[in-house]
Order: sequence, then C-alpha cells, then structure tokens
Amino acid sequence: MPNSIEHTDKRYEEQLKKLREEILYMGGLVEDQIQKAVKSLVDRDSELASVIIERDHEVNRLDVEIDDLCIKLLALHQPAGRDLRFITTGLKITTDLERIGDMAVNICERALELNQEPQLKPYIDIPRMARIAQRMIRESLDAFVREDTELALKVCKDDDEVDQLNAQIFRETLTFMLENAQTISRATKISSVSKYLERIADHATNIAEMVIFMVKGKSIRHMKDLPPSV
Amino acid sequence: MSVQETIGFPEVKSEITAPKMDQQLAQASAAETVESIIEVDHVDFYYGDKRALTSISLDIAQKKATALIGPSGCGKTTLLRCLNRMNDLILNTRVSGQIRFEGKNIYDPSTDVILLRRRVGMIFQKWNPFPKSIYENVIYGLRIVGVNNRSYLDEVVEKSLRRAALWDEVKDSLHKSAADLSGGQQQRLCIARALAVEPEVLLMDEPCSALDPISTAKIEELIHELKDTFTIVIVTHNMQQAARVSDYTAFFYLGELIEFGETGKLFTAPEKRQTEDYITGRFG
Repeated sequence: MPNSIEHTDKRYEEQLKKLREEILYMGGLVEDQIQKAVKSLVDRDSELASVIIERDHEVNRLDVEIDDLCIKLLALHQPAGRDLRFITTGLKITTDLERIGDMAVNICERALELNQEPQLKPYIDIPRMARIAQRMIRESLDAFVREDTELALKVCKDDDEVDQLNAQIFRETLTFMLENAQTISRATKISSVSKYLERIADHATNIAEMVIFMVKGKSIRHMKDLPPSV
Repeated sequence: MSVQETIGFPEVKSEITAPKMDQQLAQASAAETVESIIEVDHVDFYYGDKRALTSISLDIAQKKATALIGPSGCGKTTLLRCLNRMNDLILNTRVSGQIRFEGKNIYDPSTDVILLRRRVGMIFQKWNPFPKSIYENVIYGLRIVGVNNRSYLDEVVEKSLRRAALWDEVKDSLHKSAADLSGGQQQRLCIARALAVEPEVLLMDEPCSALDPISTAKIEELIHELKDTFTIVIVTHNMQQAARVSDYTAFFYLGELIEFGETGKLFTAPEKRQTEDYITGRFG
C-alpha cells in the first residue's frame, strides 16, 4: 500500500503492487471501451463497434486473472487489516469493471442495430452522460490509487446527475414514440443505451463506495443519504 | 378487493417497521454486553529498574477468550503472568496499580495466592506433565489438598479429560505414564490437570507454539468449547490463531497497550496505525 512501511516479505509486496497495477490497467481499458462504444454510436461507425465488442475478451481475461491473483494472495498470505481490505476491494472492483465492460458491449450492439436505420435525432445527452460516467470511473480509480475518500464520495454524489439525464432521455424518447409509432424501435434502443450508461455510473459508484471501505474500514453502502464527509 | 386477494395471496400487513427493527438491533447489542471477570487497572511492572509494562488498563470479559498479541518483548507474557501473580516467583520484580479478580485486588496482602492460582490456572508453552501416570497427573492438584475419595477422583479424571478432549484417546491407558503420550496429548493432559481444580480463568502462554498443525487445531477447537465454562486469556505469536480463537484482542508494543477491541474489528479495520502495521506484517 502507498505511504507505508514495506512488508518483510518482498514477493508479497510485489504481488500487491501487481494487483494494483492490473486493476488500474483494467480500469483504463474499460474507460476506453465506453468512450469508443459511445463514439461508434454517435459517429455511426459500425466497424469501430465490432472492434470494441471483440476487445471485451481482454476485459474478461483481466477479470479472471485479477480474481486468481486475489485468491492466491488470500490463501497464501492470510492478510489482515488494510491488506485484507485492499484485496477484497480488488475482488469486488474487478466484478464491477467487468460488468461495465459488458455494458460497453451492449452499447455497441445497440449502435450496430441503430446504424441500420436512419438517425432518429442528433445525440446530445448520451455523449454528456457518457462523459460523466467515464469521469466517474476514472475518479473512482484515482480515489482507489490515492486512497482519497473525499474524491470517492464525490463520485457517489455525481451519480445523481447521471440518473437525472437518464430520466430526461427516457421522457424524450417516450415523446418520440407517442408521436410516431415508426420511431419505437429506435427510441427504445436509445433509451436502452441511456439505461446502460446509468448502470455504468452505478458500478462506478460501487467502486467508490468500496474505496471508502478500503481506506476507512467502514461501509457507506445502501445508506439512504450519503454522509457529508467520511 | 386488493391485488393480493385477487391472485389468491392474503394481504400482508407489515408489522415490523424500520425504526422498530433498529430498536430491536440496539436491544440485541445491549444484551450482548458482557461482564468482566478481571479488571486490569493502571498496571506498571518492573524487572529491576526496567519497566516492562506501562499503565496497562483493560477488562477481561467473562466466559470469552481474550488474546494478547505483539512482538517479542512487548510485555504480553508479563501481563499474563501478573494475572495470577506468577511473577511473584521472579526475584527483584515490582508491580503497581490494581488487578481485580471478581472485584477484589489480587495484589492486596490478604490475598491467598495459592487459592488465586487454583481459580486462575495456567497452561505453558512447553507442556510439563509430571513423571507420573495420566490419572495421577490429572488429580495432582486435588491430591495435594488432601482429596482421596476414589470414586470422586475417578469422576474428576473422566470429566477433566473429556473437557480437554483427551478422554477417548487415553481412557484405556489411564495408569500408563504421561510421558508416553504425544506432545499434543501431553499439552491437553496439562489442560485437563488445570481444569481438575475447577478454575474460573485459564491463562495460556503460547499453548500451541511447539505443536504440529493438527494438534494445534485440536487445542483451538478445545478453546472454543472451554469458553462456555471458563474465561480464557491466551498469549500467542500466531496472529491467525488469535484471530481464530479469541473474541477480544489486545495489541501490545514496548510495554504499552496500543489497541484493545473486538477481534473481528481489530483484524479487519484496526484504529491505530501501529496495530495495522503489525497485523499486516510491516513492523519496522
């Protein structure tokens, strides 16, 4: 862990370092997946969408690899205290990242379908949502690396903004559908993409909550209201 | 007609509201408050001029296991040996502060030390059975106070060996020499010997440090069972063992009590940086 005395067992310390690096690599990859998935939708680039779908294998591979590393660390070193919290957080973070990767694939699948039909409307709110969701992932992982609970708390708070945009897009697509039944197929797909982005933000929030647990040893999950500070 | 009735389910009226549940939880945790059997109150301990313990205060909960952990020389064994005045046997030592056992200061001049050590028994790192039969080892404490009733002694031997999870292994060889037993069996025999005099507290000074993993697991299992009847204080170098067997853990460093609390909490999210460094193996 950063800012602490080295463990007597150097190999153990190296494996913890490797775990942190792999999680960050996976996080970076997943962030790029979303960015490109949304780009394939906005630019109507089906080729890019296919590349992103294909690249999900790499996300899945990392998920398995990181899980393996965590399980080995738990079994061989019986960690306690902050090491235990770090490794269990690692296990949970990768599950969230893997799910985010799947959402990026879902966005690409909808993009491929939407690209078969004329564009319903220019995409404005979807890229905005995507930018916020990406930022939330990036900041949740920055919080993880820097053990910054205030930044993690900010991520949790940002989730509301994404929820609002999702509600807004839902209303908008509903209006299209009410006005013209011809738009239903496209409008539901756009609505789904919005839902995927909303879910991505939820996963980023989960990561941020786990970071708070990792640093402070206390859980803020499933609370009705977020605490003002941690 | 409600929806539930139409589809054939009786309507459920929720009786338990959220605040009520909170209340119940609060009551449940209040009911868990345990009484302390030993109170260590500002204890200092000196070997000659060297201070080994500095103002230690902690309560030992009744019928629970409390683990004392810390690096070598931190004072954990010294404190353990204070709890039944075992340190009296070391020359040139001095203790100040109070240790109250069931409310009475054990360092009061009126204390009967022999009786104290019967009520607060001790198990050592290296098993130390007497060169006698298994049977005679168990009843040794009763023999020296003059108990000779054969049927009573038989009863005590069986009960103590059963409690020490050794009965099934030795019931057919009670009159054979204790020295023929394996290390793990000898240690459990020592536990049976300590239990025979019906103590209230058992002090264990690294009881498994010289045992193989299977014998260690047996002693740990035994500690879980003994907790129903006795209070256990265990000193151990093995942190996983402390985590496995104890309800409360105290971490000592350089003669000071750094942190004391519930074992589950102390091993997952300790309050103090020093504790964190020690349990994660980063003690500089």
